[in-house]
Amino acid sequence: MKRTEPLLEARGITKRFPGVVALDDVHLALGAGEVHALVGENGAGKSTLIKVFTGVYQPDGGELRYNGAPAGFASPLEAQRAGISTIYQEVNLVPMMSVARNLLLGREPRGRLGVIDTARLYGHARAVLRGFGLDTDVRRPLRSLGVGAQQMVALARAVSVDAKVVIMDEPTSSLEPREVETLFGVIGRLRESGIAVIYVSHRLDELYRVCDNVTVLRDGRVAHTGPLADLNRLKLISLMLGRDLAEVKSGGLTRFNRDQGAVDGTPVVEARGLTRRHVLSDVTVSVRPGEVVGLGGLLGAGRTETAKAIVGALPLDGGQVLVAGAPLPRGGTKAAISAGVSMLPEDRKAEGIIPGLSVRDNIALAALPSLARAGVVSDSRIDRVVEIFMRRLRIKASSPHQVVSELSGGNQQKVLLARWLAVRPKVLLLDEPTRGIDVGAKAEVQALIDELAGEGLGVLLISSDLEELVEGADRILVLREGAVVGELSGENVTEAKIMAAIAERAHD
Amino acid sequence: MTRWIRDYGVYAAVLALLVFNVLFTPYFLDAANFRTQLVQVSPIVIISLGMALVIGTKGIDLSVGSVMALAAALTALYLGYGAAVALVVALIGGAVAGAAGGTLVAYVGIQPIVATLALLVGVRGLANVLVPQLVEFRNPDLIALGSSSLFGVPLIVIIAAALTLVVAFLVRRTTFGRQVVAIGGNRAASELSGLPVKRVLVLVYVISGLLAALAGVLATARLQASDPTSLGMFIELSAITAVVVGGTPLSGGRIRVASTVMGALLMQLLSATLIKHNLPQSWTQMVQAVIILAAVYVTRERVKR
Repeated sequence: MKRTEPLLEARGITKRFPGVVALDDVHLALGAGEVHALVGENGAGKSTLIKVFTGVYQPDGGELRYNGAPAGFASPLEAQRAGISTIYQEVNLVPMMSVARNLLLGREPRGRLGVIDTARLYGHARAVLRGFGLDTDVRRPLRSLGVGAQQMVALARAVSVDAKVVIMDEPTSSLEPREVETLFGVIGRLRESGIAVIYVSHRLDELYRVCDNVTVLRDGRVAHTGPLADLNRLKLISLMLGRDLAEVKSGGLTRFNRDQGAVDGTPVVEARGLTRRHVLSDVTVSVRPGEVVGLGGLLGAGRTETAKAIVGALPLDGGQVLVAGAPLPRGGTKAAISAGVSMLPEDRKAEGIIPGLSVRDNIALAALPSLARAGVVSDSRIDRVVEIFMRRLRIKASSPHQVVSELSGGNQQKVLLARWLAVRPKVLLLDEPTRGIDVGAKAEVQALIDELAGEGLGVLLISSDLEELVEGADRILVLREGAVVGELSGENVTEAKIMAAIAERAHD
Repeated sequence: MTRWIRDYGVYAAVLALLVFNVLFTPYFLDAANFRTQLVQVSPIVIISLGMALVIGTKGIDLSVGSVMALAAALTALYLGYGAAVALVVALIGGAVAGAAGGTLVAYVGIQPIVATLALLVGVRGLANVLVPQLVEFRNPDLIALGSSSLFGVPLIVIIAAALTLVVAFLVRRTTFGRQVVAIGGNRAASELSGLPVKRVLVLVYVISGLLAALAGVLATARLQASDPTSLGMFIELSAITAVVVGGTPLSGGRIRVASTVMGALLMQLLSATLIKHNLPQSWTQMVQAVIILAAVYVTRERVKR
């Protein structure tokens, strides 16, 4: 690819917030038809830089250049009009409106009297979406689509506004592999038509597949910039972490290093024949003390549903859950929790944190009854528990009384882990415990899982990160379409075997 | 700064109004006048305490005024068995009405505004069926409840103050109170955390019903008459105003008990002040509207960067 003047360029951009320098003399040059990876831990400045590009923030120093001329976008609308489009991690659309309306929001084809011409609207929307591998009824409300499909609509919307630069922030985090392929196809087309892409992701595989160049941010500064092919994975990780290469390597790529031998003993939790129409069919899982059982499978394979069924958060048509040999009464999570089975949900924001409450109150929430006498809570007991877990999990907060929504994703996740550890569970069901958190926190959470299993806690680990699953689990059950299609243990716990197990059934 | 206004603005406003009145309103500090203000605001305070709990769960209770009327009707019907029996029956009536609302919200899944709107209409009707017209009475115990004082402080004011302390304790120091706030903050997370969400919700509406019934009995005692047709009309709006002006967001997850009481006081003082200075009631209403908007403005959810 030949590059002359960059299409979009940051020259020495500096952005300060009270008490922090979020961006410090950042340079980034983006040429037409280039796919540029932007990576870094949470707090490295990625989001801030994106917001400077899209007109949400005004830089305090440095210069933004666009199309070879100095540019300053006073608002996101101005940046959009100039041709800079952004797709955020969470879908920012209107769930109750139709797919077509969402796609063409603000640009609806209008007939006479300014009334929206629905026939043209639907026809146009259908045509656009077909190009994105999405063949759906565009009159349906957006929320009736799966998260992945919603993400594709958002992508289609972003690209179809005559964008010259498309910024993608973790675009694949809720996509299925097939949809990821479609996305990569779209990126390829964008590249051919000279559109530049900034691609933010934590997934190394994807970066190496689609990106030409990379810029690594660390603590608001550029740690490295250049062609991605010149960097191997370990080097890239070490640049992001700012750690010594040898140190990263010694731990493997994840932080699991517990002895993964066979674990003996009777299962502490045993789910038999969990069945729910269209969701789960005859899923049997057991976890022994000190054992980490992985659940593998694609998005929508029934992994989350299995975990929810075990704790009683999903009504069942059949099957039962035994804890230490005794059947668990159905209906509500309370029985499971008091029997020692807790679940860390996948969606931190919707099902995890209570945003307006402090770190302290969030940690104490599930354990409240045990921290109270006759319904009156004991502040000193809560403080003690909170202090223990804040220290053990290294939760970074200005004080236990800081509002939890002000913390970073990784620290919020640790707060939720602390909430569950405070009830002293025998089994923890962890649904994507490291999704969307920065590399450092990820390593800490993985190390913690090891440590807890070493202390005898049973763990059911759900992860879309195959590497994490393989290095973390003693035994892996592979799910597909709500049923167990394979069990791997010992030497068979490899990424290739998991994929084989999924693929084997896929072509039945 | 906005944070300070959000947290303490209502106190500052009450203080400013007090200072203004001391300086410019003749006879304001006159004990009788001051006492009248407090007695008048007490039923609103009692009801707004329950309302604050309900709003903390992201709900709303429109039925409180009708529950007051129901309590007044039951008081009139059972006064023959003595004031104590009448009080207990009235409270039970309030609790049952609250339980009905809570069950509709928690178990049937009807939106709080709709569930309690149905009760607002239905319970008022029921109260009117029980006691179709105003009934005067001469029960000395009940009259005493409405007009006696302790150390110069009216009993009704003491009750309102004591209940404020009880509810503040409930919110701050009990498992129940923490669970109420958590459910308002994130219901799905509370359910996954094993909280008895539905039971807590029902209980919150029961408490609101109980407090409304108590306010109804106290107001009846003061009037020395049971008046189910007009008692408590629109008081739900005053209670909601008190809660909102006190800085409890309608989006739930946060309850400010003392500030709610201040919110009620502020509205009361404001109307008293304007009336004393010969401004018509319509002026009061417009000023109150401005204050409500200001309160909502400072407590609104900040858009996160």
